[in-house]
Amino acid sequence: MLRRVLYIDLDKGESFVEERRDLFEEWLGGTGVATQLLLEECPAGTDPLSPEAPIIFSIGPLNALFPAMTKTVATFKSPLTGELGESYAGGRLAMAMRFASHESIVIRGAADRPCYISIRDDDVQIKDARSIWGIPATVVGYILRDVETGVGRRSIIRIGPGGERLVKYAGVVVDTYRHFGRLGLGAAFGSKNLKAIVVSGTEDVEVPDSKRYREIYKRLYDTVVQTDVMEKYHDIGTPININVLNQLKGLPTRNFQESSFEGAEKISGEVLADDYLFRRVSCAHCPIGCIHIGMLKTSFSRDHEYEIRKISYDFELIYALGSNLGVSSPEGVLELIEACERQGIDAISTGVVLAWATEALERGLITPEDALSVNLQWNDVDEYLKAIDNIVKKQNEFYSALAEGVEAASERYGGREFAMALGKNEVPGYHTGPASIVGLTVGVRHSHLDNAGYSIDQRAAKKPLSPEEMVDAIIREDDSRGVYNSLVGCLFARAVYTTENVIEALGSVGIEKTEGELEELGRRIFDEKYRFKRREGFDLEAAPVPRRFYETVSAVGMIEPETIEEMMKIYRRRRGW
Amino acid sequence: MKNSQDLVEPSAPGIGTGEAEGEAERAKRKRRRLKVAHPERCIGCLSCMFACSRINTGRASLARSAIKVKTQGGLEGDFAVVVCHACKDPPCVAACPTGALEQREDGRVVFHRDLCEGCGACAEACLIRAISLDAEGKAVKCKHCGACIAFCPHGVLEMEEVED
Repeated sequence: MLRRVLYIDLDKGESFVEERRDLFEEWLGGTGVATQLLLEECPAGTDPLSPEAPIIFSIGPLNALFPAMTKTVATFKSPLTGELGESYAGGRLAMAMRFASHESIVIRGAADRPCYISIRDDDVQIKDARSIWGIPATVVGYILRDVETGVGRRSIIRIGPGGERLVKYAGVVVDTYRHFGRLGLGAAFGSKNLKAIVVSGTEDVEVPDSKRYREIYKRLYDTVVQTDVMEKYHDIGTPININVLNQLKGLPTRNFQESSFEGAEKISGEVLADDYLFRRVSCAHCPIGCIHIGMLKTSFSRDHEYEIRKISYDFELIYALGSNLGVSSPEGVLELIEACERQGIDAISTGVVLAWATEALERGLITPEDALSVNLQWNDVDEYLKAIDNIVKKQNEFYSALAEGVEAASERYGGREFAMALGKNEVPGYHTGPASIVGLTVGVRHSHLDNAGYSIDQRAAKKPLSPEEMVDAIIREDDSRGVYNSLVGCLFARAVYTTENVIEALGSVGIEKTEGELEELGRRIFDEKYRFKRREGFDLEAAPVPRRFYETVSAVGMIEPETIEEMMKIYRRRRGW
Repeated sequence: MKNSQDLVEPSAPGIGTGEAEGEAERAKRKRRRLKVAHPERCIGCLSCMFACSRINTGRASLARSAIKVKTQGGLEGDFAVVVCHACKDPPCVAACPTGALEQREDGRVVFHRDLCEGCGACAEACLIRAISLDAEGKAVKCKHCGACIAFCPHGVLEMEEVED
């Protein structure tokens, strides 16, 4: 297997490839390698939106070779948090990078005018993107499909107006329905005048022992499709959690003022699947098909004329733009999702920011003039659509503040106690209990996917866990996911890729690892990420927890600040800090 | 020696290379071909393409797959699944100048990779674009082994008998 890093310099308009076998041997691939490249490439204290801040993509040794090994990791300095930026996307990017023979791509510098990068195997061209600047992320996909080659085996990743205008939680849309959503990679693209990257390749992968490879492949494939390990992602999909969390009193509602929503059933995964779902699609080389696409049909005249929009939905989006904004119509949720998709901004952050703004207006922290007469109120979809537009256009001081993220906006206008961010990242849809709060605070990217604290809470709701047990579970996930994310597998398939299966799959492509080595690697990767975080100013001891978390009943009852403090103490002790 | 396709658990009758089968037995039964029975059920996962290249060439590759899943207008559009139609009078064979593509008496078309010079005439001749050239410039042609069927999670593919 080639272990090649493609370096692209937008200042000089040049690119070159370097074989980095040492790097991949030590750090496996994916996030292990991407973290090292970030530490190498990003000078300490760099402005995340300056040309000196790099963008790094990486895949791992199993991508394109095994089912559900579909993700690509991006590392960067987050414009939103000012520290570690790390985001994952599916689609076809991992496969395209594999067949283009680039396991990592490093982007340096900034172009002096809008550009996009076309990568076809070793042919790298930086092309003029002036004519597509300002165009929605969705539409840019159609345009580049026509002008670029590689149909069926390429990946097109691009930003929308949100990224161009440096909204700090702008994302990058990957092959239409997948995203590098969180922590502002889209703004990093925008700051480099980089509109899109198209990747395709024609290489293929030889394995050392094809018989062994086929046998292990077959076993893993069967586990993915024939057992119920992944069924929940296949049928209703992640939105199954709307009803589940609502019943548990863990579904954030109207900016976490409540933890169950009277409109939950109407926007539930079941209703969306029954009435709106028209297709499921897959990332390349995953037989699950978890991408649920809803059809929104709206009439625009009395003569039976309709607009048809095809919108991909998931749990987090329905929470952020549904229950958390009090929106109780599926059409309304889908419209808000589509607005984020077009603008290329992160749906979770957008929903949390709008929820804070709604409450801030209600409480008189901001005036109707600040809001430019947009009547921000729960369940008012049309007004929220106007607000999204104003945020992306940074229409005035208030909307510019909203484009900085919820913590920054609350620092300017007040309302910190209900600005729902942890580690400066707007929180996902779980008011499940203390493990979620601690998990999001300590997690390397302050995401529910760092260590799945919400899942530990859900276990604790059934059978109480001590603070020590919860912290130990968080640490185990923190570390083991560092390995899995170095592969870079879809987290939905994490139950399929047990340590034993990972060792076998790696062995079949010629990489021998023991369980002990992988455990050690997971710990080291975690430490390296924290090295970057601390270097860029993250201080775990000073990370605030919004008071709102303690005021609303959670899936395990009221959460006491003392519990969080105690768990944080245990966490630091267990980590040896 | 075990053939690579022995690893596939047949989920539909007729799967197998037939390499171990005698000519006489083969002639007795009808020719079978891979059929895209339910193209509208395709989710675009490409597992069939990876199965084809993995099982027939031992590699992970799209370029070496004889079955092709195409997108029409990106992931928002429909998928098109393209496989060899197993024509009765195959234009690919007629177009091949070297005899690399040969039609047997029972109607099957076999591909002799060593004879292929990569001229691409077969690919041109096939209107449904079921033949392509791999990275070494050799033709990639479906042999209707059915290995891909076991790796389609949505039952898009089936084997069927070719009516004479």
